[in-house]
Amino acid sequence: MPPLIVKRRLILLCALLVFVAVWFVPLPALRASGTHEFSLDMRQFEFTPGRIEVQQGDQVTITLSSSDVVHGFYLDGYQINQRVEPGITRQITFTADQTGKFRYRCAVSCGALHPFMIGELVVNNNFPFWRALTLLGVSLISTLVYLYFGANKA
Amino acid sequence: MITLPRPAPPSARPAMPAALKTLLKARWFQPALQLITLFGFTLAILAGFFGTPAGSRNFGIVFVWIVWWALLIIVLVPFFGRVWCTVCPLPAPGEWLQRRGIIRRTPGKLHTLGKRFPKRFKNMWLQNFGFLGIASFSAIILTRPHISAGVLLAFVLAALGLSLVYEKRVFCRYVCPVGGFIGLYAMMAPLELRVRDCKTCLEHGAKDCVVGNDQGYGCPWMVYPGNLKRNTYCGLCFECIKTCPKDNITIRLRPFGSDLFVAQERRLDEAYKAFIMLGCALVYSTVLLGRWGWLKNWANMDTLPHWLLYAAGLWLFNLVLLPGLFWGAAWIGRKLAGEMKIRDLFVAFAYTLVPLGLAAWIAFSLGFVFVNGSYALSVLSDPFGWGWNLFGTADAAWTPFAPQLLSFLQVGVLSVGLMFAVNTAYRSARQFYADHRGAFTAMLPVAGLLTLITGVFMVLYLG
Repeated sequence: MPPLIVKRRLILLCALLVFVAVWFVPLPALRASGTHEFSLDMRQFEFTPGRIEVQQGDQVTITLSSSDVVHGFYLDGYQINQRVEPGITRQITFTADQTGKFRYRCAVSCGALHPFMIGELVVNNNFPFWRALTLLGVSLISTLVYLYFGANKA
Repeated sequence: MITLPRPAPPSARPAMPAALKTLLKARWFQPALQLITLFGFTLAILAGFFGTPAGSRNFGIVFVWIVWWALLIIVLVPFFGRVWCTVCPLPAPGEWLQRRGIIRRTPGKLHTLGKRFPKRFKNMWLQNFGFLGIASFSAIILTRPHISAGVLLAFVLAALGLSLVYEKRVFCRYVCPVGGFIGLYAMMAPLELRVRDCKTCLEHGAKDCVVGNDQGYGCPWMVYPGNLKRNTYCGLCFECIKTCPKDNITIRLRPFGSDLFVAQERRLDEAYKAFIMLGCALVYSTVLLGRWGWLKNWANMDTLPHWLLYAAGLWLFNLVLLPGLFWGAAWIGRKLAGEMKIRDLFVAFAYTLVPLGLAAWIAFSLGFVFVNGSYALSVLSDPFGWGWNLFGTADAAWTPFAPQLLSFLQVGVLSVGLMFAVNTAYRSARQFYADHRGAFTAMLPVAGLLTLITGVFMVLYLG
């Protein structure tokens, strides 16, 4: 096999190993045990606040209210789905045991932009995000190494 | 990754499998598929005008902007190129009127005024501005069934009107905003229609593929297949396969993105199409999938001044800021690597946005298809939202599909897009700088910019 092909395959193999390592190596969970309470108001087509940040392990209580029409609160990854009528507050409590960014969405058709009524719960440390950024760096570096050392220079 | 396999010598290019050839030569094949999509399209327009105003309960919104869109951008374009244009219902009524027939090859000339399309519009600029125009109203078009239906109907009427005035598929080739980006991203597809032997075409004087014969029409897309080097403007209507008396046209597989390196056909209008598509993917990811409610309301035209600000921002970002950043990166690259015509380098580097833009659109589309795809079940049983239950699924609840898997897929798609884009930058630079080191240096600023853009997407999706 020509040396250039061997070199390319070696670079690809190394890149693949780094990819797998970055994505699958377990990271220590920095668990907190605090309690956080938030009030979250809904109106067409936004949540206020639009972003909530907590630490992994925190117990989170959210008091939900609606300022205009009937809305719903669906939290990705936590299987929480709560209907909220205007004038009536609802409370949900859960433990933020998974890290990452989880979107909360309106779960009751509330108007034209209903499918895009979205907010964000960020559970720190947001490991999936940092892994993604590391992967981005690995993607760039491995491609550059491949191109620099594996290119046919003729 | 770097060196694509050299094209096989013409004589070695294989013919299509016999069954596929028979299918593509059959005159009923394309109209049959178009009739099916025309049925769905008509249903979408009727549901838009006469069905429920709730978009998530209306066939016209759910099947056009979720099901069709996902199929188009995640499956059809990346893997099959312009195959949607084969079955697209938009030009069908106009084309059938021109031909005075649907299936059989009617003799004589096309029934049209036969005007020549103005030369200054024979490019992608109309499609670029058309797409930006629609993008400016996207929050409204995507969510209001009657407006969505009006836009679809306007497309058909435009195609029909143009087919009465101009010969062939002027709408598809120069006007259709969807056709523009399908053509751009079709360059990535691992499938192409090409001649088997260019010499055979050169020596064949009759050019049946251009003028037509009793087996089929001359190319409706105004392309000479004998000289076809990219997928961009071939609408896969297969008329040339029907008309070629030399059996010299074939469909074959190839490496992904082969067309990106056809240097002599790069153009500024296509470069801008690449900017606009990537820019819109970024804006949509921010506005529609982001957490900023005020921005959604601006796009949703809560007040005219707000919408004007939003639209102005969208146009400026796509036509000035993004191209300006690329110009800067190309300029720095040229300074580092050696003098070269900056405009050519800028246009060549813009094609790096084809793989990255396609990846960005796939990532964006996954973002709402996974979450909102379940609406399709209820709409299938009750397309107008009138309380029907045709297939027993009308009461299917909205259920996001694996939202926790979504970010993994988005990261994967964007990473692959970035790697492909950087590779494209290097290979394009090699067409300007003969030496390896010069080309590598020239593309480094562009690679940095591509990485930065990908990083912004990752911040939006995961950060």
